[in-house]
Amino acid sequence: MSDSRPFEATKKGGPGKQLFFRKYLGCSIVTICGLFMIALTVSIGAFLIFKGMGTFARYGHSVFEFLFSSDWSPMDSGTKNGGGVGAAIYICGSLLTCGLALLIAAPFSLAAAIFITEISPKLGAHLIQPAVEIFVGIPSVVYGWVGLTVLVPFIRDTFHAPMGGYSVLAAAIVLSVMIFPTITTVAADSIRSVPVMYREAAYGLGSTRWQTIYRVVVPAAAPGIITGIVLGLSRAFGKALAVAMVIGKTRAFPAGLLYPTNNLTAAIAADMGNSADGGEQNLALWSMALLLFLISILFIVVIHGVGKKKEGMVE
Amino acid sequence: MKKFLNLVLSAAMVMALLAGCGSSGTTTQAPASSAASTPASAPTEQTSSVSGTVTASGSSALQPLAQAAADAFNSANPDCSVTVNGGGSGTGLKNVSEGSVDIGNSDVFAEEKLDASAAAGLVDHEVCTITMAPIVNKDLGVANLTKQQLIDIFSAKTTNWKDVGGPDLAILLVTRPTSSGTRALFKTWALDGTEEASNQSLETDDSGTLLQTVESNKGAIGYVALSYLVNNADVQTVSIDGVAPTLENTYNGTYPVWGYEHMYTKGDGSEAAQAFIKYMMSDEFAPSIESMGYGASSKMSTQAVSSHNK
Repeated sequence: MSDSRPFEATKKGGPGKQLFFRKYLGCSIVTICGLFMIALTVSIGAFLIFKGMGTFARYGHSVFEFLFSSDWSPMDSGTKNGGGVGAAIYICGSLLTCGLALLIAAPFSLAAAIFITEISPKLGAHLIQPAVEIFVGIPSVVYGWVGLTVLVPFIRDTFHAPMGGYSVLAAAIVLSVMIFPTITTVAADSIRSVPVMYREAAYGLGSTRWQTIYRVVVPAAAPGIITGIVLGLSRAFGKALAVAMVIGKTRAFPAGLLYPTNNLTAAIAADMGNSADGGEQNLALWSMALLLFLISILFIVVIHGVGKKKEGMVE
Repeated sequence: MKKFLNLVLSAAMVMALLAGCGSSGTTTQAPASSAASTPASAPTEQTSSVSGTVTASGSSALQPLAQAAADAFNSANPDCSVTVNGGGSGTGLKNVSEGSVDIGNSDVFAEEKLDASAAAGLVDHEVCTITMAPIVNKDLGVANLTKQQLIDIFSAKTTNWKDVGGPDLAILLVTRPTSSGTRALFKTWALDGTEEASNQSLETDDSGTLLQTVESNKGAIGYVALSYLVNNADVQTVSIDGVAPTLENTYNGTYPVWGYEHMYTKGDGSEAAQAFIKYMMSDEFAPSIESMGYGASSKMSTQAVSSHNK
């Protein structure tokens, strides 16, 4: 639409004026909403940084102590100082459970994605894809409850786990069930978007279906699959309730897969409400929240980096 | 015509939403009565003339009792409405000192969680007492422990039940977070201030989960307030030095593991808040307190009270 038309139309009055009005009204509403979302994200980040820095600024602890020391005993009162804020146990617990969950979920997800797109597209579209999407819809507290009532006793009885079955293994299994749909959906999408000519070229060169899949299609879809995996990992990091119910929340490094431990999200969920506001424990928990936020940002940056590489590779 | 219909339906929907925003009194609709709720009806007589709204938040241990009292108070005083929330003792104290709620429920004294100046402005009402009992699995077979045995178990010096007269089974410690009021009470009065072995115990967010963990693991031991054991026969309470954890023993001072439940108000609080707290501490409500597993403050013997004055 050229600029002159609205002006001419408004001179005459009538429908042109309405068009002019609607165009700018619509644009400005959309712009305001977009800017508001950006402002909201930035302000959440700023708030977390402000609160999280309190541990280091007000109580004088060092970042090194926070990240690498395992002595977690902060003072829970308005002003007292002098406790330890070593969050190494929690960081290790988060990394261990999420890494293990990824190891369990990724092969299954990749296999499911290949099955849906290559081996049996009809069955995939009608049966398996909806089933995977139902997984996403189940609230995570339900996963935690099923884990608590079914998985934990099972681990206790079958593997003779020493502390009631609450363990890193239970948390990893629950997390892997929760991130499975994410990875599957993204991987299936990226496999579908591999150009048909790649497959046709492979068949033309005489490869079997399986050879086409694992030599041509999956490597071509690799950036998208990696994006899906990193997305799943970032989701796993943030799960609080389901993990808290099965991980046992013991403040120690796990002696093995069958031993309980604690992780960042469960610690925040358990202690934030009870701790004295502005006290050392409260601010240390905020620092944990800041750490989680920074890790999420890191994952998003990685995803964008991998995505850019994909654009460079394909065409 | 269609536009007009849309407008009418939207207005009806918005009004339906706003109707839900009124206070949740059990009888009359809130908006009309809260407009008339200001000093007009002075609560010279306790029943039926108190009006206003009271909000309370804080301890999850006190929450069931506060909720029961709120329900009874609301039906006795239709012009008044009391809402009770949880959030933990720390949250309750912080909210009441900021003025965002009228009453802050707490398992511990305000001085322990707030700094001195904030705590000085709060008035403490010790509405009831709460007794903590150690619990074990029903199939374990241990019903009595000496205090020293209890301390050794919770500090992980003893790790097998056979060392204290039970079967040959590893001890599984179940506990609460360090900021929990329940844990603080247990530590002070049952463990004589000894720190629990947090690196060898399972931590549960709330007493309900703790109960369930003890019920399903044969070698588990934990502690919980008596209010959770009222209708529960699935766990076994443990006597300390031969004294069973019951309300009677708390009253006569032989069982030491108890604490006051505090309701803090900022200054004296509003009239409605004062009336509510008065109701909670009255003889009218005392039978409900006991039937829910809490102890009535008025029944505590002087012997019991003096044993807790440090």
